[in-house]
Amino acid sequence: MSAPQEPLFVARETFRRRRLMDAARLLPVLGLFLILLPMLWPAPEGEAPRAAREGVYLFLVWIGLIMLAAVLARRLSAVLNGEAGSDGGEM
Amino acid sequence: MSVNLLVIACLGYVVFLFLVAFAVERQAARGHVRWLRSSLVYTLSLSVYCTAWTFYGAVGYAARSGLEFATIYLGPTLVFVGWWLILRKLVRIGKQQRVTSIADMISARYGKSNLIGVLVTLLCIVAATPYIALQLQSIALSFAAFTMELNGQGLSDRQDFFALWVAVGLALFTILFGTRNLDANEQHPGVVTAIAVEAVVKLLALIAVGVFVVWVVAEGPRDILTRIDAAARPEWAIQPGRWIGLVFLAGVAIICLPRMFQVMVVENADERHLATASWAFPLYLFAISLFVLPIAVVGLELMPAGSNPDLFVLTLPLTLGQDGLAMLAFLGGFSAATSMVIVATIALATMVSNHLMVPLWLHLKQGPAGQRGDMRGLVLNSRRLAICLLLGLGYVYYVVTGGSAALAAIGLIAFVGVAQMLPALLGALFWRGANRIGAAIGLGAGFLIWLYALFLPSFGPGVFLSAQVMAEGPFGIGWLRPYALFGVTTLDPLLHALFWSLALNTIAFVSGSLLGFPTPIERVQGAQFVNAFDIQAGARGWSQSAAEAEDLLSMAQRILGTSETQRFFQSHAAAQGKAGFLPDTTPQFLDALERKLAGSVGAATAHAMIEQIVGRAIVSVEDLMAVASETAQIMEYSNQLEAKSDELERTARQLREANDMLTKLSVQKDAFLSQISHELRTPMTSIRAFSEILMDAEGMPPEDQVKYARIIHDETIRLTRLLDDLLDLSVLENGQVNLDIEQANLSDLIERAILASNSVQPQREFRFRRDAASEGITVETDTGRLAQVFINVLSNARKYCDAAAPVMEISVRREGEMIEVDFADNGSGIPFEKQALIFEKFARLTDQMQAGGAGLGLAICREIMINLGGSIAYVPGQGGAVFRVSFPRVLKRADTEGSQSERSAAE
Repeated sequence: MSAPQEPLFVARETFRRRRLMDAARLLPVLGLFLILLPMLWPAPEGEAPRAAREGVYLFLVWIGLIMLAAVLARRLSAVLNGEAGSDGGEM
Repeated sequence: MSVNLLVIACLGYVVFLFLVAFAVERQAARGHVRWLRSSLVYTLSLSVYCTAWTFYGAVGYAARSGLEFATIYLGPTLVFVGWWLILRKLVRIGKQQRVTSIADMISARYGKSNLIGVLVTLLCIVAATPYIALQLQSIALSFAAFTMELNGQGLSDRQDFFALWVAVGLALFTILFGTRNLDANEQHPGVVTAIAVEAVVKLLALIAVGVFVVWVVAEGPRDILTRIDAAARPEWAIQPGRWIGLVFLAGVAIICLPRMFQVMVVENADERHLATASWAFPLYLFAISLFVLPIAVVGLELMPAGSNPDLFVLTLPLTLGQDGLAMLAFLGGFSAATSMVIVATIALATMVSNHLMVPLWLHLKQGPAGQRGDMRGLVLNSRRLAICLLLGLGYVYYVVTGGSAALAAIGLIAFVGVAQMLPALLGALFWRGANRIGAAIGLGAGFLIWLYALFLPSFGPGVFLSAQVMAEGPFGIGWLRPYALFGVTTLDPLLHALFWSLALNTIAFVSGSLLGFPTPIERVQGAQFVNAFDIQAGARGWSQSAAEAEDLLSMAQRILGTSETQRFFQSHAAAQGKAGFLPDTTPQFLDALERKLAGSVGAATAHAMIEQIVGRAIVSVEDLMAVASETAQIMEYSNQLEAKSDELERTARQLREANDMLTKLSVQKDAFLSQISHELRTPMTSIRAFSEILMDAEGMPPEDQVKYARIIHDETIRLTRLLDDLLDLSVLENGQVNLDIEQANLSDLIERAILASNSVQPQREFRFRRDAASEGITVETDTGRLAQVFINVLSNARKYCDAAAPVMEISVRREGEMIEVDFADNGSGIPFEKQALIFEKFARLTDQMQAGGAGLGLAICREIMINLGGSIAYVPGQGGAVFRVSFPRVLKRADTEGSQSERSAAE
């Protein structure tokens, strides 16, 4: 009875892996968005910006990106180990 | 602490690095490289990105512009976090193509064109020389700051002297460990490990200073944040243009910088290390950047006005009396500077030797490949020379410019320079339509604009470009002002140059690619690069050639070394199933050899060297078609599969038919054998019976004896005839019959046949109907055999025709060159179901005794007619039995042969 369910399982696995690759491709886009955000914060005209707040925000974004990347890299290196050759950009 | 102690600490540190590199090289030589090539070492080696410009300059940058300094590290963070997009492909291709440098990579993609290699090399040298000078300057400045603090006096002459010795020491180290051997993968474990150690030192030093500043000088993070807000100035505000531009520029630089390419792609031992580095390297950058702003803020607060913020990392601990910390900071800065110089010179020296020196030397020494000196020595020496030249250039540049520019400025200028490789590099990775013409003019345009709009003006007015040119443009053309090209004045000089150089570079690259036409090698390489993850074994550039494997061997030995080359050749010969050292120069072998050589001297040079021996590389149409598109490949493959399965089906059908035929033949043979036995046994039985009677012949009347003897005699004749018939049939069936061709009148032949057949059942009176006029044809064939057929047919009619008054009508027709003779009797004919059988062996329609023959007659007739190029057939539905004999009027040899092959095909 378990035999017919197996392809479904494999497809699901492949699907997850491809979405993982998508996430890896999109992570820098998210990062860029968050990094560019401080540009839009109003700086008081002629006064010093609130550098401390901006700095804390920037470093929090930074460490968040690093942690996300670490999670993705961990999962993706399993992909690399599994099939070192194939994957490409196909969906 | 004295200056001497500083020098001694410095020397001790250098000796330590030498020992580390030396020990690692020894380990690697013994094959113990596993732990050396870990992802940790890989990540740490990537930190050559953080040079003295980072170590000292970042603090200065932060003091001047606030958070903007972070863009230099955020750009690379984004690129590494998005490693799956670009870096992974870069590393994969670097490994597949055995790339030795970024110039090699770009030239390999664009048809192994050395022109591109030269362009990229020049660009890299021009961009990197000031950068190397900057490192020497930072070491000299920090040394001066240290001694100034200690002795209270400037040491400008000694500081240049110190920089000189540093340059010499760096050259020594780089030559010793960077050009130790000509490695097939161009990897230097000793250097990489020393770089990793330096990475740890510089990170620790910066963090130590940072911790000291935050928790000793200030009262923890909260206090630091208030101090930051207090120190913030209006010019610290984030400027959107610069913010975007610098994030982009730094992201591009981490891909394009030659030294980054060296550690990231060339020295990469395992693709999976990149996965780790994707988060670990950003983490390193994060840690490096974390304390930059605090140090800058505290420095601004505590240091006297006018002191150089670029040296806060060093001068702050010194001022506060922390000599040990200052020493650590000095060594950190020293590490940052030296690691950059070492890696950059190795990368540049590889480019210079592979793309400038060796090709030049090969060009000058055109001649038989076998008569050259040791190429290995040549390549290594050219690299050593290049290292000395590059460091010398850096030193001269440092002495001449004398530290005029702020540290950060020259770093960004170099970034814009190397960014010119971006369009060509990205095109190489993702666009198969990109070609060398586009790459060359794009690179050239970008290079020139960078020189004109950023690099040359950076020396200040009056050095290369006069103040008048800067203000009014060359020859007074306003829209060509270096800082305001085409009237764009809203951007600051850096962004202005970045914008125009990359824009025109990209436009030139794209239009060149759209309008130009790539060479075959380019198209093959393009497919291999863009489809790096799909194509495992790519199409080959070499065709089978008559090149002597011996020439190749002697050439390769000069680059790879004797034993290595012989091992390589031997293994390939063995793979081809040949003994000895000389494999066939198949395209596969040439391709493998080229890649092997490319690992040492670069793709363009390796290609050129093999080309000298083999002749021009030819890409076959098949190769091109194979790489033209994956769809075509898949279609070709599925077509092949389809054709193959069709063929298999056909074969299976043929086999089935052959099997049926064999089964039928076997059944026939069995039937034939039993028939034969039966036919032989009947006369034998009567012969035995009558001979037994004769044996006890006493008292038998002589007439009975004669009668029995006659019966025996008749039976033997019957037996003999049967055997003759069988023999005749077998001869005819095998086509071994000798035809005796002669001319005769058909009418005579028929007459003879009628006469001969009269002996069969002579008691029956046959009436013959013939047409003399139509019979008057002269035929040229084996008349004896033809008559035999006629006799057989007529005899059969005499035997089997069941009419009371039998009539035989013989009619002759001529159809072109074929003659048809019909023998029609007025009997009841042959029943339909038997018609198919009558020409088979031993087919006898009625009782054997009545027929008196063996049943081979018509079988023999059929064979004879086939041999005569004609046929015999039963014509049904004519009232009586009608046999039609048709044959060519003139029998040619070819006809008989043709008919024989027809017959064998039919069977």
